[in-house]
Amino acid sequence: MEYYRAHVLVCGGTGCSSSGSATIEEMFKTALAEKGLDKEVQVVRTGCFGLCEAGPICIVYPEGSFYSHVKKEDVDRIVNEHLLKGRIVHDLLYVDKLEAHSDIETSITNVTFYKKQKRVVLKNCGVINPEKIEEYIAFDGYQALGKVLTQMTPEDVVNEVKKSGLRGRGGGGFPTGMKWEFAMKSQGDIKYVACNADEGDPGAFMDRSVLEGDPHAIIEAMAIAAYATGARKGYVYIRAEYPIAVKRLGIAIAQAKEYGLLGTDIFGTGFDFDVEIRLGAGAFVCGEETALIASIEGERGMPRPKPPFPAQKGIFGKPTVINNVETYSVIPQIILKGADWFRSFGTEKSPGTKVFALGGKINNTGLVEIPMGTTLREVIYDIGGGIPNGHEFKAVQTGGPSGGCLTKDHLDTPIDFDTLTALGSMMGSGGMIVVDDTNCMVDFARFFLDFTVDESCGKCVPCREGTKRMLEILEKITSGKGTLEDIDKLESLAHSVKDSALCGLGQTAPNPVLSTLRYFRDEYIAHVTDKKCPAGMCKDLLSVVILDGCIGCTACARVCPVGAISGEVKKQHVIDQTKCIKCGACIPKCPKQVIVKQ
Amino acid sequence: MKSLEELTKLRDAAIQKVDLRKERKGTRIVVGMATCGIAAGARAVMAALIDEVQKRGLKDVEITQTGCIGVCRLEPLIEVYKEGEDKVTYVDLTDEKARRIVAEHIVNGSIVKEYTIGAYE
Ligand SMILES: Cc1cc2nc3c(=O)[nH]c(=O)nc-3n(C[C@H](O)[C@H](O)[C@H](O)COP(=O)(O)O)c2cc1C
Ligand code: SF4
Repeated sequence: MEYYRAHVLVCGGTGCSSSGSATIEEMFKTALAEKGLDKEVQVVRTGCFGLCEAGPICIVYPEGSFYSHVKKEDVDRIVNEHLLKGRIVHDLLYVDKLEAHSDIETSITNVTFYKKQKRVVLKNCGVINPEKIEEYIAFDGYQALGKVLTQMTPEDVVNEVKKSGLRGRGGGGFPTGMKWEFAMKSQGDIKYVACNADEGDPGAFMDRSVLEGDPHAIIEAMAIAAYATGARKGYVYIRAEYPIAVKRLGIAIAQAKEYGLLGTDIFGTGFDFDVEIRLGAGAFVCGEETALIASIEGERGMPRPKPPFPAQKGIFGKPTVINNVETYSVIPQIILKGADWFRSFGTEKSPGTKVFALGGKINNTGLVEIPMGTTLREVIYDIGGGIPNGHEFKAVQTGGPSGGCLTKDHLDTPIDFDTLTALGSMMGSGGMIVVDDTNCMVDFARFFLDFTVDESCGKCVPCREGTKRMLEILEKITSGKGTLEDIDKLESLAHSVKDSALCGLGQTAPNPVLSTLRYFRDEYIAHVTDKKCPAGMCKDLLSVVILDGCIGCTACARVCPVGAISGEVKKQHVIDQTKCIKCGACIPKCPKQVIVKQ
Repeated sequence: MKSLEELTKLRDAAIQKVDLRKERKGTRIVVGMATCGIAAGARAVMAALIDEVQKRGLKDVEITQTGCIGVCRLEPLIEVYKEGEDKVTYVDLTDEKARRIVAEHIVNGSIVKEYTIGAYE
């Protein structure tokens, strides 16, 4: 095996790939070959590092130098200076927005973005080459499967997972050990395990990053789940819109087969297990477990009532364990390091860590992994770097379209499954969208409802009709035609839909509305009584006006398509609000810049 | 994969490739590779170190490079950091000297005094 003195890790996650990391990787290879360094320095493409905002990202080991926003012309410099002469190229290093005193960080472990994080799920992401099984094995990969097969009974495995307190990361937070126990005890000659990699929550991409950065962890965990529950076959239901993840998972499965880590008689113990990939059908609701089962069976992806639960009657009517990608990803470590180790992170009722996808109005957008129980303030300010452009924090939406918002008052709330639910939001899959004072909360609720209306499968009336009516009311309010009565109607409708929809999609769809009503009711009221949008975002509630200071040049009146502007030459002009269509064409024409939307 | 031992063997072989990325423990050899070092023959020293470490299958050894340390006249020069010990600086090296350092200092733990900066001066 060759020995390399330095490794250049180039992020091949989706974020960095779209900012051109593949070209950067090629250029490193060419430049190193030109300098005759290709036998000494290895270029490795890895999964997501999490700091997508700074992509394309490269890390040079052993120093751990963290280069961000790497451009084509930077590659030669890094090769010439750093790799040939050993001089770190300081001006290309990541600049830490949070540590004003030490403006440049040379080592990845010192970057504030990573300091408060605890990487358990993402431990291999950005560290190993996901397309090489040897690298996974080097970091103790498949040791847990070996341990389980040779030293533990299925009951031992279930008990260890139960003891760890691991709760499902796909949204519901159901105890994983209990789920496995149900499946283990279910009678049946054939059983299945499935991995839910459909990740439809807009803005969430932790599952994608794990599959892109550490696909073997999922295969290993599924094999462990299969052993514990008596299954011999697994399905990964993966979003078809994740081409890199699909490809890497395919490579990983092929390599595992080649090494005999999938297939028959694994570790000479007589245990057989195989994994098959199923591409998602493209609808959000296909991530709901009963719809996912239908989709794997080749049916249309529609939910069915529970019970029976999948652990009793799942794929093809057989007992099935369905877990989320992130849930699976920690299983091998729980087996190797023990339940107590896992419990050393997080809180009593929500042990472990959780990955969040930070997005919206925040400086460091990207993936962060924190111990459960970390406060929102730490996530948003210490790790996320606060709100850009001097704006003020207003709210944060957790749980995507099924979740709700939290406000300034909740900044010191420790984040775990139960605190979020108590506040009318939920963990969901871990999307975290930050909103500042320029965002209208009514419009925000409308945005999410628009999504759920689109994604409702139409099977049950409360969701199909109820969400649509709710959206209509919201549109009425944002366009300035709403009344106080509409707000009450919206609220009672939201409660009915929540209580009567068939599946999780409909049951949680009203959450964004209910939570904004709970915390930002005054904004709703301003829309209907004052016909004003306090954040200045709802177009229909804005009016275009000419402030004092007009010189009467008539430039505006000449461009107005509807002739709404009148006034004598060299005198103040006015806009007739009944005629104005708010196109804004006049605004850039004013030499004095006194025409504004307000 | 027929047994757990087989996997463990595979891991031990694979670890060499990724060792640099794990948390830093063990020994670290830093080779001065600025223009002065390269001109004096640091590349050959580096190659010899890599070759020797690889041949012996040493796991906790990291070979890396650095810029000019400031005593260009003593190049090629390396510094050895062993866990829990003071740094040792070797100067005026050659291919053979580098191999001897790996054998005596890195593997057996006895410093090759005659090559150190103190002996040279
Ligand atoms: C509308 C809807 C969409 C869902 N989408 C996903 C998804 O994309 N990924 C996921 O893991 N779970 C999703 N779930 C949750 C699954 O139904 C299921 O609870 C989960 O996969 C169980 O795994 P866990 O226990 O490991 O969380 C969704 C649920 C609903 C109601
Ligand atoms: S709640 Fe919505 S998505 Fe779920 S079954 Fe009913 S219509 Fe379909």
